[in-house]
Amino acid sequence: MFEFIVNHRYEVATLTAEHLWLVAVSMTLAILIGVPLGILLTRRPGWKAVILGSTNVIQTIPSLALFGLLLPLPWLGVRADRLTVTALVLYALLPIVRNTYVGISGVEGAVREAAVGMGMTSRELLWHIELPLATPVILTGVRVATVITIGVATIAAAIGAGGLGEFIFRGLAMVDTHVILAGAVPAALMALLADAALGLVQSGFQRRIR
Amino acid sequence: MSYPSEPVVEFANVSFRVDSRTLLNELNFAIHSGETLMLLGRSGSGKTTSLKLINRLLVPSEGEVRVEGKSTTQWDVVKLRRHIGYAIQDVGLFPHYTVEQNVAVIPKLEGWPRERVAARVQEVLQIVGLPSREFLKRYPNQLSGGQRQRVGLARALAADPPILLMDEPFGALDPITRAEIQREFKALQQRLQKTIVFVTHDVGEALLLGSRIALMESGNLHGIYTPREFVHSGDAEVKPYIDAFRATQQILSA
Repeated sequence: MFEFIVNHRYEVATLTAEHLWLVAVSMTLAILIGVPLGILLTRRPGWKAVILGSTNVIQTIPSLALFGLLLPLPWLGVRADRLTVTALVLYALLPIVRNTYVGISGVEGAVREAAVGMGMTSRELLWHIELPLATPVILTGVRVATVITIGVATIAAAIGAGGLGEFIFRGLAMVDTHVILAGAVPAALMALLADAALGLVQSGFQRRIR
Repeated sequence: MSYPSEPVVEFANVSFRVDSRTLLNELNFAIHSGETLMLLGRSGSGKTTSLKLINRLLVPSEGEVRVEGKSTTQWDVVKLRRHIGYAIQDVGLFPHYTVEQNVAVIPKLEGWPRERVAARVQEVLQIVGLPSREFLKRYPNQLSGGQRQRVGLARALAADPPILLMDEPFGALDPITRAEIQREFKALQQRLQKTIVFVTHDVGEALLLGSRIALMESGNLHGIYTPREFVHSGDAEVKPYIDAFRATQQILSA
């Protein structure tokens, strides 16, 4: 396996970079969509069933099937990377939305009452109190979503979006374990590293918040 | 006692309902500048609800609550609340802020210059009996219950609001710390000349700190008494409170 990786180091590097790029773009979008959605749920609890329900349903769709479902869509189906990023964002939404909602809802009642009672606007409450206190919980969601995304992104190769999945699918076709591992091991390492790195960020926040 | 000034807070035919349940029934009373009105009553009598009507955490179903002559619904809600200090039993200190940051919240949001904020934080911490600089950088979880309550009070005082609302602020403290803080608070009242509305179920506290005591009973205002009137009242609703209070006092004088 190592021999294969060394011999194909440029390809490994390119595919790893592709993989990272897919994950980074998807996670950025998922956070930009998921956190505001989670905040919205705390302000409009009536939407909770619909939003959490639908993100939940999306998670239950097998990833390959989700790619298939998105394929016929006009703008998305045209390019593999658009399609992949959309699918990855959809997968990553649930943990981010849910944890944002749970984190903000978990802010102690007395803290909220004091903040509102002393004259904080809804926006001040959100930025000064709720979001900072919910950050460790939100980061847990981001961490889970990142690991999921790194894993699911390997399947993107099936529809030609590149990434480390290329090796895995090629290896499967060739019945060559070395080639499979050349994709699987870097992907697993990436997931472990991302998990550890986000864990560090998270404990940093926890320490600040106490 | 006579109050020449116009009332600072006034309840005019105030009722408050949730669904069809009446929590407050046609309250009428006025609170004047510099006085401390104690809202006394059992749990569920409507004390806290009344308090929350003053800073518009709640809005009356009928009638109006006037603050400085203006209905709370006419006020800009943020301005109203920043005009009124608010201290509650659970304190609600912001756990991610130091003592200094907690106390400075409203002055900062009000855009005070940095030096003025810092000076004011020192000043109010001094007022509530936490003069030492070592407290500034501590977090709420590094404070005792009594210290937290003092910081809560300092935070309520920080922007120098003319009105203070206090919801059983000393209720969760051990008896010795409570007595200590009550004594200090009494001295503080005379110095600061704030108009204070104070919720309690503790008769001793009501008698000690109140200039007048409003007795509430299941959503109704039963009557308003000076501490002296309260003690000597023969009223059937007042008597149980006095009896309960006397019972503890007798042990001491025996």
